[in-house]
Amino acid sequence: MDTFTQIVIAAISSGTPLLFAALGGILIERSGIIQLGAEGIMLLGAVISCMTFIHTGSLPLALLAVAGISIALGLVHAFMTVTLRANQTVSGLAMTLFGTGLSAYLGKSVAGTPIPGSVPKLDLDFLDGVPFLSDVFGHLNVLTWFSFALVVVLHLFIHRTSWGLHLRAIGDNPATADVMGIRVQTFRYGYVIAGTILIGLAGADMLLAYSPTWTEGMTAGRGWIAVALIIFARWNPVRALLCAYFFGAMDTIGFKIQLIGSEIPSYFLKMIPYVVTILVLMYLGWRSRNKLSGTPQSLGLPYIREQRF
Amino acid sequence: MKKIKSTWSASLVFVVMMVLVLSGCGNSNNGESAGSSASSSESPSASTSASAAPSPSASASPSAAASGDGIANPRVAFVYIGPPGDGGWTFQHDQGVKYMEKELGIKADTVENVPESADAERIITELAQNHDIIFTTSFGYMDYTLNVAKKFPNVKFEHAGGYKTNDNMATYFGKNWEASYLSGIAAGKMTKKNHLGYVAAFPIPELIYNINAFTLGAQSVNKDVKVDVVWTNTWFDPTTERNAAMSLLDKGADVLMAYQDSPASLQAAAEKGAMAGGNDSDMTRYAPKAYLTNPIWNWGPYYVKKVKALMDGTWTNDQYLGSFTDGMVDIAPIGESVPDDVKKLVEDQKAKFLAGDDNIYSGPILDQSGAEKIPSGKSLTDAEILEMNWFVQGVEGTIPQ
Repeated sequence: MDTFTQIVIAAISSGTPLLFAALGGILIERSGIIQLGAEGIMLLGAVISCMTFIHTGSLPLALLAVAGISIALGLVHAFMTVTLRANQTVSGLAMTLFGTGLSAYLGKSVAGTPIPGSVPKLDLDFLDGVPFLSDVFGHLNVLTWFSFALVVVLHLFIHRTSWGLHLRAIGDNPATADVMGIRVQTFRYGYVIAGTILIGLAGADMLLAYSPTWTEGMTAGRGWIAVALIIFARWNPVRALLCAYFFGAMDTIGFKIQLIGSEIPSYFLKMIPYVVTILVLMYLGWRSRNKLSGTPQSLGLPYIREQRF
Repeated sequence: MKKIKSTWSASLVFVVMMVLVLSGCGNSNNGESAGSSASSSESPSASTSASAAPSPSASASPSAAASGDGIANPRVAFVYIGPPGDGGWTFQHDQGVKYMEKELGIKADTVENVPESADAERIITELAQNHDIIFTTSFGYMDYTLNVAKKFPNVKFEHAGGYKTNDNMATYFGKNWEASYLSGIAAGKMTKKNHLGYVAAFPIPELIYNINAFTLGAQSVNKDVKVDVVWTNTWFDPTTERNAAMSLLDKGADVLMAYQDSPASLQAAAEKGAMAGGNDSDMTRYAPKAYLTNPIWNWGPYYVKKVKALMDGTWTNDQYLGSFTDGMVDIAPIGESVPDDVKKLVEDQKAKFLAGDDNIYSGPILDQSGAEKIPSGKSLTDAEILEMNWFVQGVEGTIPQ
């Protein structure tokens, strides 16, 4: 297996949780609600999946439990931001603090206990012998395949369906959408909850497929990277996939360079993803300086019917 | 009707906000929360000390006892860098505290998740106002502990892993390089490709002398072995640690050692059919088949000794360095996949350390460039080991300067 293949494999496995969280965030922010709670929601998703898996031994139940807690968290965030029109930034930050604290508390009973199984892998035997593809795609787990599918589905949904048009409309101009007869509040509730489920799934994926024991604070800032990825990907699912794998690859490339025996200090290698992020943002910003940035126009603004702006 | 509804929803918001804010404050690991948990941990101390403290003027100078006089019922506090549930460093300290509490029949106060920043100084200061002895259990607390120690001459301070002392501030640590040497012996025997990997946290002497000891241990049983080192620049980040471990395994290492706080490297190795060890505490349960062994800490006896010394009035500000001899340093039970003859090699060497008559840093030892760092017949002193900044021959990796 050559180095490039190794990097691709590592990029996909460490990029998948980021991808789930970024996709969830895109869904929420496309509807006009800022989502800063990813870190806390991911931690809760991870701890709940771990606890359910250990106590019941059933993976589907664990995923259902994650969906359950995510729906609850999504409802709270939607209630705060849509119904009460509370400050979306504060509500998101509260979600992060709440999730970090509660997951640490809940996790005490399962800390250090390995989960009783792993996510089933899809062995594609017909790929055997095909050089690059069999190594990369031959033995991926089902959650990773689900994330691939999700990217395609969300892309088509947002850009090719009338539902997606409605989603973009309530994110860009809720007043017009309202006039068109789209129920802005209801849809925002729906998308916040759906997106939160995906973010919860990101935490579950991290625990079930990546680092199979609960440790307090195990996301170690990945939730915040996911928040940055939403902007980096300019609210587009396909770009989110590329960006998530780019960050995943950067996690590994630093170590690869160290192992070649280069003289570059490891501190600099650790900065690479962030430096590249800034450079790419600058490049994209410069190239599209006269165009729309892709930001949902009403992001962060609560919608109040009949209010003039 | 309308009015009732709006009042109802307003109060609901209030309740939800309170729940969010309070739970966030209580448990997150930012500075604010450390502060609040510090203050909450003071109340039990106040109640336990009320009956115990001989002098009522507790606020200004807590232990009015002059040196030489014992304190019958000392108020003890511990400052932790992480949560006791980390399964590693802080877990072992917490075990030590529990041991001390049981042995001496006193209750200690602990503050978790204290960042190594100015917050630490604030929290140590708060604790100093109503405690007799404070243990700060992370290297990064060194300067903050010293600052507070100067302000509170009647309180005793104990700092883990540092090198600065004061009349009322002692340090404690252990020769864990001896345990690293033992894990090196096991690793050198278990590798089939003569290629070991080391997932290292930060390029500081503590890591360097452990990597060197691990390498020397491996070389003592397997001349051809080489050790690849990667720096993660983090104590705790399972994802990064896993990536580092995977990179080493991809490069061909088949036995790993991780001087990190999470078991991520061990789990990565298990997935790839390799073997690995962790750090600080016994990590068998994470991957029994793939587990090698690793150095562990046993702080309890030292905590008992120093608190007891304070009770007897014999406390001193020495720079204590524990070892196998006193049990502060030990090695975790060797993994089930390691054959008995390898276990015996490790046990034999451990017996030498227990007797206290073997210094692994005895010449001739060459550095990476092949230059003789320790000439034949010479040995490094403990002080020299504690400030080591070069790799022995056989280590592949660089130390960022």
